[in-house]
Amino acid sequence: MAHMTVQEAIDQALQEEMARDPSVILMGEGVATKRRHLVDAFGEERVRNTPLAEGIIAGTAVGAAATGLRPVIDLLFAPFLTLAMDELVNSAGKLRYLSGGQFSFPLVVIAMTGAGWCVGAQHNHNVEAWFAHAPGLKVVMPSCIDDFKGLLKAAIRDDNPVLFFVDIGLVYSTADLSEDLPDMSVGQAAVRRSGEDVTLISYAKTGGVCEQAAQSLASQGISAEVVDLRTLSPLDEKTIVASVRKTGRAVIVHEASRSCGVGAEVAAILAEHAHGALRAPVVRIAGPDVPAPASYPLEQAFVPQVDAVVGAARRLMG
Amino acid sequence: MGIRRYEGRPDELLQAMLLIRHYEERTAALQAESGVPGTCTAVGQEAAAVGVVSALDEHDLILTNHRSAGHLLARGADPGRMLAEVMGRRGGYCGGKSGSLHISAKELGVVLTSTIVGGELALATGVGLSQKMLRRQGVVVCFFGDGAACEGRFHESLNLAAVWQLPILYVCENNQWQAFVHRRETMVNDSIAAFAAPHGIDSAAVDGNDVMAVRAVATEALDAIRVSGRPFLLETRTYRLRGHFEPDDQSYVDPAELASWRQRDPLPRLQARMLESGQVTAAGLTDMDADARRQIDTAVAFAVDSPFPDADALLTDVYA
Repeated sequence: MAHMTVQEAIDQALQEEMARDPSVILMGEGVATKRRHLVDAFGEERVRNTPLAEGIIAGTAVGAAATGLRPVIDLLFAPFLTLAMDELVNSAGKLRYLSGGQFSFPLVVIAMTGAGWCVGAQHNHNVEAWFAHAPGLKVVMPSCIDDFKGLLKAAIRDDNPVLFFVDIGLVYSTADLSEDLPDMSVGQAAVRRSGEDVTLISYAKTGGVCEQAAQSLASQGISAEVVDLRTLSPLDEKTIVASVRKTGRAVIVHEASRSCGVGAEVAAILAEHAHGALRAPVVRIAGPDVPAPASYPLEQAFVPQVDAVVGAARRLMG
Repeated sequence: MGIRRYEGRPDELLQAMLLIRHYEERTAALQAESGVPGTCTAVGQEAAAVGVVSALDEHDLILTNHRSAGHLLARGADPGRMLAEVMGRRGGYCGGKSGSLHISAKELGVVLTSTIVGGELALATGVGLSQKMLRRQGVVVCFFGDGAACEGRFHESLNLAAVWQLPILYVCENNQWQAFVHRRETMVNDSIAAFAAPHGIDSAAVDGNDVMAVRAVATEALDAIRVSGRPFLLETRTYRLRGHFEPDDQSYVDPAELASWRQRDPLPRLQARMLESGQVTAAGLTDMDADARRQIDTAVAFAVDSPFPDADALLTDVYA
């Protein structure tokens, strides 16, 4: 077991997949500058710095993916994806369908988002739900170091376009990376902690918030199950529904703004498929419908905290 | 039908142009008479399409846009499968899911089509990168219009292709119209080719209604790319004789301008030249026209007979 940062685990995934498959290339703003060891290992042809122009980076990835390469692009910060929406949504997400299945688009888009660096709303905006709403795309947002490595490898091997969001608050956190990680696949949630009374459903850094809340609840005699969604599109409905059918209560937690967020979809799935088992209303704890501020205390206030999750779960218990 | 090869004889080029003209006029007529979905035609631009496509070899790849019928038919596409696609039928190139707007035909090397103006320019660099990195033969040809030249992606694409030395022939079909807006309203400059030099790219502009001239310049440009591996921008100056999207009464078009471009219609120009030089007789021209018309009759029959997709096709081909 090796102790390292999430950034280093991401690096390992890139290194291993590039070594395994010569069609994997890495492009983006500064990737060759910041990941010099990948240039040393795989050459400048496969690790390419690009202009600061997200649209053409994404378009290049889409065109290359359709014709034999497996590009991984680093677009830095999630709000920058607005400059690549046509390429990602209209081309990568639709041209397989519109061409009657003639093409596939095996590519990965990496982008950071979330509170942690006080960078404000043009670098911090959890836009994952936008892409979950777009057909033809997959969306992954890991919460733990094993998943950052394992799910990035899975995303690179996936034959579809995958948005891989990296929570800024986790990038330089350190943890033990498991040796002999099993092969993962996109689309599977994980039950992080088993419980009987209430299900806490989350992803990314608020997954950790839910695990801490579950510990606190346990000391108060409440048994909370924690479901980490891991993939936001396609959602693992089976795992979500099975957990809430068992516990009868659900608290959905995410940092992204509440309105039309992933939590709204999860709540709707529970209304459709677990209604009879619900013993209390489904509750969402989410970021407010405001841009993310830079100031540290305001940025922290944006993010759901352990106390709020504990309080919500206790209220559901009545 | 596979990729069509050309020796470059005027009669071959005329045959391809006639097929395109009849195809486009027939789809417009079917729209007006039978409610077949509308299309973006490129009537008047046949020489620009055939001149470039006839200069390609079988390894070359094409990216095109919503005004693509000429590129596809010149490349050898079956007009029956094209029309079936327009009508949303199972027998179309994309099983009916594209309709007219984003037809791709991998078997013909028409690898991606975006109907978002400028979209194909962003994808072309990726296809060029694959060609280069996978050491494949074949130049990437990207067709777009003067409207796309006003998009940021045009400059992003040219810049990256120049920096990375990608084998791309950019072909701007400057047809003077950007949907319902005249080019003069959106640019101070009359030349699209002039944008190449600041990006360090060689360029040429040619009378897009002279098929022999277009073919000659395209051949030169392709030869240069095959040697240098670097991009080239070719501007074909032409005119959209019909509206943006059928039906379109063109009430916004200056009648004098339209009339002046009708005088330069590429089909009669080529026909007159062939007659003058004795390459064809008047009877021969009549036969060629009738032959193209018959091919379109056959295509319509095929398309009409092709069934609509089954309802379960709605949910297929989303993910690989």
